[in-house]
Amino acid sequence: MSTIVKSNAYADVLSRKNEIMKSAIGIDYSVFESGSIAFDYERMMSEAGYGLEEIQKIQSQTGVGNTPLFELRNLTKLARTFSKPGYGGRILVKDEAGNPSGSFKARRAATAVYHAKKLGYQGVIAATSGNYGAAVASQAAMQGLKCIIVQECYDSRMVGQPEILEKQRACEAYGAEVIQLSVGPELFYTFLLLLEQTGYFNASLYTPFGIAGVETLGYELAHQCKTTLGKFPEQVIVTHAGGGNVTGTARGLTKAGATDTKVVAASVDLTGLHMASDTAFNKKSFTTGHTGFGIPFATQPDRADVPRNAARPLRYMDRYVTVKQGEVFYITEALAILEGLERGPAGNTSLTAAFAIAQEMKEDEILVVQETEYTGAGKHPLAQLTFARENGVEIVFGNPDNEVAGTSIILPETPQQIKARDFDLNKARRSYIKNALTPYADKVITNEDVQFLLDDSRAEHTTVNELLTELRISVK
Amino acid sequence: MKTHAAIGDWVQIKQVVLPVGERAPQVPEDTKNTPFLLWVKGFAQQEANIGETMHIQTVTGRALEGELVAVEPGYTYGFGNCVPELLAVDNQLRELMRGEQ
Repeated sequence: MSTIVKSNAYADVLSRKNEIMKSAIGIDYSVFESGSIAFDYERMMSEAGYGLEEIQKIQSQTGVGNTPLFELRNLTKLARTFSKPGYGGRILVKDEAGNPSGSFKARRAATAVYHAKKLGYQGVIAATSGNYGAAVASQAAMQGLKCIIVQECYDSRMVGQPEILEKQRACEAYGAEVIQLSVGPELFYTFLLLLEQTGYFNASLYTPFGIAGVETLGYELAHQCKTTLGKFPEQVIVTHAGGGNVTGTARGLTKAGATDTKVVAASVDLTGLHMASDTAFNKKSFTTGHTGFGIPFATQPDRADVPRNAARPLRYMDRYVTVKQGEVFYITEALAILEGLERGPAGNTSLTAAFAIAQEMKEDEILVVQETEYTGAGKHPLAQLTFARENGVEIVFGNPDNEVAGTSIILPETPQQIKARDFDLNKARRSYIKNALTPYADKVITNEDVQFLLDDSRAEHTTVNELLTELRISVK
Repeated sequence: MKTHAAIGDWVQIKQVVLPVGERAPQVPEDTKNTPFLLWVKGFAQQEANIGETMHIQTVTGRALEGELVAVEPGYTYGFGNCVPELLAVDNQLRELMRGEQ
């Protein structure tokens, strides 16, 4: 412990961000950096992360992974009633709710907590209002480390989303200390201060080992498909928020040899709701898997709580679609009524998009929904819709296209109205490049930087050139 | 709800992390007009009434101080009310599938 008394003032703590992060994560990111925009992503993943076999071993020690994959025959049947003849792909789901903490996040937490323990940290801290908190708490309990979870939880009246309150309870059930905060980006300040004061490990969602933890998911589902159905799936659909689910799953598919499988990302459309607004906070019925995370994390991945985010969703998405809150509630209900599976609701975002996308696919084609999550008090359509009503959100039947996040939840009048609305990935790619280049306006970057931007965004070269001109940047 | 905490009771405290006027520059106006608050639970290290200062020890062993807001706090959220619209969805799904069996 340092004997120098450090100031805990907001600006002072933020100015110590780099040193706090370095000691809390045990990775020297500078060895992968070029000094400008580029960094060696693959080298970071192989040197700072773990190999697939190692991850499988780590996860199996704590009962994580090897979840079942099953066919949703009735939902497939229903989708086929709205498809043209010969169409209506087979919908399969990987039941990730079977992981110890009830979601795929156990895969990320298993590796993060293992790594923390290996490096000799006494405890772990994670900033998350989602399933990841329970996953880290569960793993910390198994591996004998202390655990603090930092949540954005309440509005300033101490009114909390039932979904987040349930996640708080789950964390406490696994023995974690839960820090609950009101709305605002200053969560990061509290998080940094906690890391500094405790000396615990930053079990960020976005480290190389966290992301590598998800690779087993893609790897397993590819092999399960091949073994039981004789081929890799034509498409895999992934609920997208911070980008780790898309990144890890896609990398795992590649490692399994499923290189022709198309990766589709899906988010709930919360357009118009400001994520840092105290009044808008309790107007949304989804606290993750939504566009409020999905778009910023795709277009500015390094906004995360680590210097270089190992989740790079634009590298891996072949398509990005959005669905409406009312549609996800409808499909969550359908999963229970038609398939006898009570899961979600947030984890059913990709399932909702799958219901629409299956109708575009041929009958012999396979579409895998790669996750489910546990459900329970608070985290349930009834709890969520009750809370929405109490907060003045109108719940009606109608055309989901007319849903306005924060004002209405529109349940489709017929499941035929459920749509996967394409988000223009070229727009996202352009926005990513602009965000990366803006700090270099009127300056010089390298050819390596340009190549990095192309690899990281999968944009056309012309897009990069246009933005270089617009921002008066030269390349040496 | 209990309003008095004895030493050793499981309690919840509140801290004002950043008062109004010290919020981060990028927060929207409605948020800027509210303080940035923190709640945490632990074991009471002294006696106190709701609204008074309380010292706690958290489950990770940290010593913290704040305003006592709850004694033996529980979990009060649940599965919510009946939502008739979801029952209508169920009926519709059963009806649609009837033709498919």
